Amino acid sequence: MILIVIPILALLALTAVAVARIRDLWAAVMFMGIFSFLGASWMLILDAPDVAFTEAAVGAGISTFLMLGTLALTGKTEKPTKFSIVPLIVVGITGAALVYGTFDMPAYGDPNAPIQTYPNPSFVEKSEHDMHGLPNVVTAVLASYRGYDTLGETAVIFTAGIAVLLILRKNEVGEKESV
Amino acid sequence: MISFPIIRVITKIIIPYILLFALYVQFHGDFGPGGGFQAGVIFASAFILYGLVFGLPAIKRVAPVKVVEKLIALGLLIYAGTGVATMLIPKSGDGGTQLQCKFLDYEALNHSIEWLGPLSGQHLGIFLVELGVGITVTAVMTMVFYAFAGREPVKG
Repeated sequence: MILIVIPILALLALTAVAVARIRDLWAAVMFMGIFSFLGASWMLILDAPDVAFTEAAVGAGISTFLMLGTLALTGKTEKPTKFSIVPLIVVGITGAALVYGTFDMPAYGDPNAPIQTYPNPSFVEKSEHDMHGLPNVVTAVLASYRGYDTLGETAVIFTAGIAVLLILRKNEVGEKESV
Repeated sequence: MISFPIIRVITKIIIPYILLFALYVQFHGDFGPGGGFQAGVIFASAFILYGLVFGLPAIKRVAPVKVVEKLIALGLLIYAGTGVATMLIPKSGDGGTQLQCKFLDYEALNHSIEWLGPLSGQHLGIFLVELGVGITVTAVMTMVFYAFAGREPVKG
């Protein structure tokens, strides 16, 4: 397992640096797609296939396309910027604080971690009975136990979609007749 | 990109499988990994692929703007409507009493319809709300694609 985990994480870090450093925006978008696929593989290793699906489809598929669409409207290369030390320091301090924060987190797969012990009995134990034999606990939690949250989530997608349309459809007036 | 025969042919071959996989992720989501959001995104990506290769007018014939923009609201309506339906349908409690269920309490959807198979109210409720999520996500992603692809490059 460690032979897969370490290369994936190393490649994730390398791709992130490449995206930040590269000036050619087409290449940067491609690197972001690669980053998403690596992230999806990483989530698959963490036994989260649902999240991996989403990452691969949204991160590597649709957002790559939207980025390319934006580039087609703007330009292909980034304006050269002067090297400045202040952002580097800010990023360094923030990163160090985040890493410091992980020291308090329970180890991966720790049976005494709060996520395994609360609530008691956990959804994993009671879900199959409550759902009359539905085996997928993730779906049960998302759509049934936490149905309100998912309704709110869908409303967020709805609102975000409407907002994007309101902003972007402004200059489509001439196209209305053809629709 | 319609002038490249390889791209055109390969796209036509794989789009049905993308759609089929999206439907599998949608309706098998109760049993395997996946659900409405993932399925919606995969379904929309098939539309986007078709639009990329065959152009915006072609995809707008398949999924007209007027239909898709209404589907955005329809999905959310199915979700919330399932919740309202569970409030309206009473569930049978102990000793034949009729209890009123709360919003999105799928126990109200328990039924004894033979041809629907061994579905319980929970199955049906999850199926309906995931369908709502899937429709909304597909429609939003497709409309965002239309909005991006339909813009003219800004000069200067």
